[in-house]
Amino acid sequence: MNGSTKIRIIAGRLMQALPSVFGIIVVTFLLTRALPGDPAVYFAGPAADEKSIQQVRESLGLDKSLPEQFLIYLGDLVQGDLGVSVSTGFPVAEELWRRLPASLELTLLALIFSISVAIPLGIAAATRPNTWVDQVCRLIVTAGVSLPVFFTGLFMVYIFYYILGVAPSPLGRLDIIYLSPPPVTNFYTIDALIAGDFELFFAALAQLALPAITLGTFTLAPLARMTRGAMLQVLSSDFIRTARASGLRRSTVLYTYAFRNALLPILTTLGMVFSFMLGSNVLVEKVFAWPGIGSFAIEALIVSDYVAVQGFVLAMAILYVLLNLTIDILYTLIDPRVGLDS
Amino acid sequence: MNERVPVLSVKDLSVEFRTRSGVVKALENVSFHVNRGEMIGIVGESGSGKSVSALTAMGILDEAGRVTQGSINLGGLDVLNASERYLQEMRGRDVSMIFQSPRTALNPIRTVGKQIGDVLRRHGSATRQTVRAQAIKSLMSVRIPDPERRHDAYPFELSGGMCQRIMIAMALSCQPELLIADEPTTGLDVTTQAAIMDLIKELAKERNMATVLITHDLGMAADYCDRIVVMHAGHVIEQAPTEELFLKPRHPYTAKLMKATPHGEGSLDDIESIAGGLPDLRSEHLPPCRFSARCERHEDMCDMPALIADEVSPGHMVTCRRPL
Repeated sequence: MNGSTKIRIIAGRLMQALPSVFGIIVVTFLLTRALPGDPAVYFAGPAADEKSIQQVRESLGLDKSLPEQFLIYLGDLVQGDLGVSVSTGFPVAEELWRRLPASLELTLLALIFSISVAIPLGIAAATRPNTWVDQVCRLIVTAGVSLPVFFTGLFMVYIFYYILGVAPSPLGRLDIIYLSPPPVTNFYTIDALIAGDFELFFAALAQLALPAITLGTFTLAPLARMTRGAMLQVLSSDFIRTARASGLRRSTVLYTYAFRNALLPILTTLGMVFSFMLGSNVLVEKVFAWPGIGSFAIEALIVSDYVAVQGFVLAMAILYVLLNLTIDILYTLIDPRVGLDS
Repeated sequence: MNERVPVLSVKDLSVEFRTRSGVVKALENVSFHVNRGEMIGIVGESGSGKSVSALTAMGILDEAGRVTQGSINLGGLDVLNASERYLQEMRGRDVSMIFQSPRTALNPIRTVGKQIGDVLRRHGSATRQTVRAQAIKSLMSVRIPDPERRHDAYPFELSGGMCQRIMIAMALSCQPELLIADEPTTGLDVTTQAAIMDLIKELAKERNMATVLITHDLGMAADYCDRIVVMHAGHVIEQAPTEELFLKPRHPYTAKLMKATPHGEGSLDDIESIAGGLPDLRSEHLPPCRFSARCERHEDMCDMPALIADEVSPGHMVTCRRPL
C-alpha cells in the first residue's frame, strides 16, 4: 500500500464523520431547547415584568420558530460563530478556546498515567496468569470500574490534602502564590519548562497530580483488562509458537511479536476510554475547581445557558471525531491489512 | 558425523497435562530416534501424541504439560535438563519446526522477509547490513519466484503454499541439523501438498539433514519416509523401516490403519474404518495396551501390566502381546 492510497483512506474516513457531526448538531440543538426552564425569564432577572421578559426573548431570538432558529444557528456555525454565552457575556467559541488547554492538559496527563500503569500491568498479568501479579491486576480493575470518579476525587483530596497535607489545595491549575507562565501552548507545565522555571513546573504538576490520577484510575481498568485479554489471546496463537520454535528472545516474542498484535484491540479500547474521559472530565473539573471546559459546561447548564451548552457538546463531538480519526490512522500504520477491504 | 549417531533420540518419555478435568496422560514410555540424513514419519490419529512429542523435543511444551520421566537427547544436548537460555539458542539454529496452517503460523503484521531476518539475526547468521540479502537468499533456496518483492510482502498477501515455503525458508535459514515438520501440508490443496513435500525431501537430502514428518496420512509417510513410527493414544505401538512396515505390519492397529487408507486402485468401499475411539487419557486406570478396547485380538493376557516393545526383526519394534 503506498502513501496516496493511505491519504485517500484517511480523507474517506473524514468524510464519513461529517454526517455524524451534523446529527450531533441537530440533537444538541433540540435537546437544549427541551431543557426545563425558560432562559428568557432567567436572564431578565427576578424583578422583570412580562414586557422586559419579552424583550429579552426577542433579543435572544427565542421568539422565532424552531426551524428558523436552527437555520440561524447553522448559518452562524458555518462562520465559526458559536454564539455569545448569556451568563458570561463572552463569545462561546472564545470561552471554549481559552479553557480548552486546561482540560486537554489534564486529560492527556491522565491518559499518560493510565497507559503507563495499565499496559505494563496487563502485560505482566498476561505473562504470569493466576499469580499474585494477575490478582493485583484483577483487584485494581475491579476497584477502578466500581469507584465513581467524584468519589475517588473527593477521597484523594481528603487523604492527600486534608489528612496527609502533601497535595496542594485542590483549587485550580496553580496555587494562588504563583503567577501563570508566559503563554505559549497554554499548557502550564510545558510553558513553565519553556520559561525555564522549574519551581513553577513542579507547582503546576502538583496541582495536576490528584485530578489526573482520579481521572486516570477510572480509565485504567478497561485498558488493563483489555491489555491482559488481548495479550493472552495473542500469546496462545500459532505465530507466537513459531517465534518460540525459532528460538527468538523472550523480549522479541513478547514485544515485537505479541504486543504489536495485541495493540489493535488495545487501541480500540483506548479510543473508548478517551471518550469516557471527556465525560468524566466534567465531574473531576468540578471537584478540583479546574477551569476547563467541563466546569464551564456545568455552570452553563445550571443557569440554562443553552448557547454555551450547545457549544460545549459540539466541541466535544468534534474532539471525539478527531480522536476516532487518529485511531483509524494509527490502525492503518500498525496493521497492513486495514484499509484493503473497505 | 557418523551416519548412525542419532540427531534426536527420545527415550521412555512420559508427559502429563494437568487440566481442570484431571491429569491427561498424553505420552507414556515413548521412544524413537532419527539419524542424520534420515526422514522418519510419526503417524497416528488426532490426539495420539505426535505433536506433543515434537513440542517436548523442542522444549516448548505448554506450561500445563509436565515431563514425568524419560530423556531427550538432541545432538548431544540433554533437552530436559538444559537451561531455557541454552534451549532458545538451540531452537532455530540446531533444530527447527514448521507447522500446519502456515498462514496463521506467520506473524500477520510483519513482512515475511523481516520474520526470516529476525531468526537470522537471533542466531548470529546475519548482521544488520547483510540481513536483507541473506533473507532473500533463504527465499531463493525454497524456490520462491521474485524473492526481492516477496521479501516485503505480508502473509495475507501470499497463498497458503507460498506461506509454507516461507516457513521452510525460515526454518532452514540457519542450517539446522534437524527439521520437525508437524503436518506441513494440512490445509493446502493436493498439488501444493506434493510440491511442498518434494521440496522438504529435496532440501533435507541436499543438507544431509534429519527430518521428522508428523502426519496422519499414512500414504504420505510411505511416499517420503525411510522409517515410520506409529503412535496410538500416547504410546508408540510399532516402528519399522517403511517397506517392512507396509509388507508385514505386526500391530493390529497398524494393519487396520493401512486398511483405512485409500489407495490408487480399488474402490472407496474397500476402505475399512477402525471401530471405537481413543480411550479417555484422563482415567486413573488405563489398560497397559491402550488399544485393547478397540482390538479384535484382545485376550486376558493383554491386560497384564508391564507391556514393552519387542524387536521382532532388526529395527522393527512392536508393542503388542499378540502381534500379527
